[in-house]
Amino acid sequence: MIVAQGKSIAEVAKLIEDANKVLVVGCGGCVTVCLAGGEKEVGVLASALRMLRQKENKPLETVEVTLSRQCDPEYMDMLEKYITDDIDCVVSMACGVGVQFIAERFDKWVVPALNTKFAGGAMEHGVWGERCGLCGECVLHKTGGICPIIRCSKSILNGPCGGSQDGKCEINQDVECAWQLIYDRMKKLGQLDKLMEIEPAKDWSKSRDGGPRKVVREDVMIP
Amino acid sequence: MKSGSRLEKLFEQGEFVVSGEIGPPKHSNPAIIKEHAKMLKEYVDAANLTDNQTAIVRISSIASAVHVLGEELEPIIQMTVRDRNRIGIQSDLLGAASLGVKNVLCLSGDHQSFGNHPTSKNVHDLDSIQLVAALKQMRDDKQFVCGEEMKESEPQFLIGAVANPFGDPFEYRVMRLEKKINAGADFIQTQCIFDMERFERWMDMVRERGLHKKAKIVAGLMPLKSHKAARYMNKNVSGMIVPDSIIERMEKAEDPKAEGVQICVEQIQHLQKMEGIAGVHIMAVAWEEIIPTIVEKAGLYPRPKVS
Repeated sequence: MIVAQGKSIAEVAKLIEDANKVLVVGCGGCVTVCLAGGEKEVGVLASALRMLRQKENKPLETVEVTLSRQCDPEYMDMLEKYITDDIDCVVSMACGVGVQFIAERFDKWVVPALNTKFAGGAMEHGVWGERCGLCGECVLHKTGGICPIIRCSKSILNGPCGGSQDGKCEINQDVECAWQLIYDRMKKLGQLDKLMEIEPAKDWSKSRDGGPRKVVREDVMIP
Repeated sequence: MKSGSRLEKLFEQGEFVVSGEIGPPKHSNPAIIKEHAKMLKEYVDAANLTDNQTAIVRISSIASAVHVLGEELEPIIQMTVRDRNRIGIQSDLLGAASLGVKNVLCLSGDHQSFGNHPTSKNVHDLDSIQLVAALKQMRDDKQFVCGEEMKESEPQFLIGAVANPFGDPFEYRVMRLEKKINAGADFIQTQCIFDMERFERWMDMVRERGLHKKAKIVAGLMPLKSHKAARYMNKNVSGMIVPDSIIERMEKAEDPKAEGVQICVEQIQHLQKMEGIAGVHIMAVAWEEIIPTIVEKAGLYPRPKVS
């Protein structure tokens, strides 16, 4: 899932300082799962913003709604009735996709309440870890199921750099060396010889460097 | 001859080569590079010019190499994959070749979080092994990475790569060295050796695989100035091990700098006897002026002539 993290209340307050009435829109997708932008967080943010403005003697009116997903036009249509003329600003609590989908659909000022972080999963309650670099061409079959693109700090495709020591990455003792993990796993699986293959220069055109990507499934398109 | 560089010729002659290292300054005045080149030219066969060492902005390795060439010392330019994509790298390599550079050392580069621009965006379009392969493809196949043919004058580089016998996973270090050699590395410079016992174990594996016969292995050394520096490196420099015995020896020394030189000289004498070691690379970071003393004391002066 996409893992996101809330901006500070002060930062969001600054983004909407000129507004008198805001629509706070949550998302029922990934950001609900990672406890950053679901219905509960919408309620918490809206009330915090109101309290802050109350203190400043500049009351703020909030309208709260949470869509099933902000990354789908079908649900975006449902926002129409909430985006009234008196709404000065929309605060999106989705990932960057949701913010953009609102901006594309409505002529309203939209601000992000979250920082979109990465594609990852829950490691334990309250801890999420990055697992995928969204590079568009998966190499996990060559590396024992551990992604060197995103888990190696230098995205090395051919083994650990000189900075790997005691299983840790040179940048931080808290960061595991992806290539140590790959080596250990390949060894355990009896596949070490596979790590002798020289992985050629990667085709990054399938990653972000090819411009915004699109996936087209003609078989499911409605004519 | 692949490059016709002095370094390559000396390797071919079977000489025990000596290379040094010059760290370019963090400003645009090349005086210190020229000064160090003058000082080293009689004592080393070639000198590395570091490429934004520790991710700190400095005069580029290629520009520095030109200053060094002006002093009649042979440069080895370092090229990291941290700061440039394959277009920038190949362009810079063509530029370097056009300016008379004949030796290139391929590296990943220290992570940018250690340098003076920790908020910068790193590149890592290629990794260091892919860079070695790219250089070989340019030189031997006269092709760019994309496969397009070079119309004329392909760069004639002696290709260097690095190995760190002190990094982990230890057993994989030799496999990775073999990958670098298979990718096209002609010579290898190692990380600074302090833990000689671990280095010997690594060399055993290198010899078992016959890698010393496929590429020239040059052992990296660093003269210590004080026990504090030794302790600091052991603790803070990634992929470096300084054994307690060396730290203690430095601590007990009356003249720590002289002791540092003595340790380095002993290491050279030990390495000269080790099968498969083709030379030493002396990295006297911010202490370049000590290199001539070390070379003389180790009995490696004067340097051999190219026949």
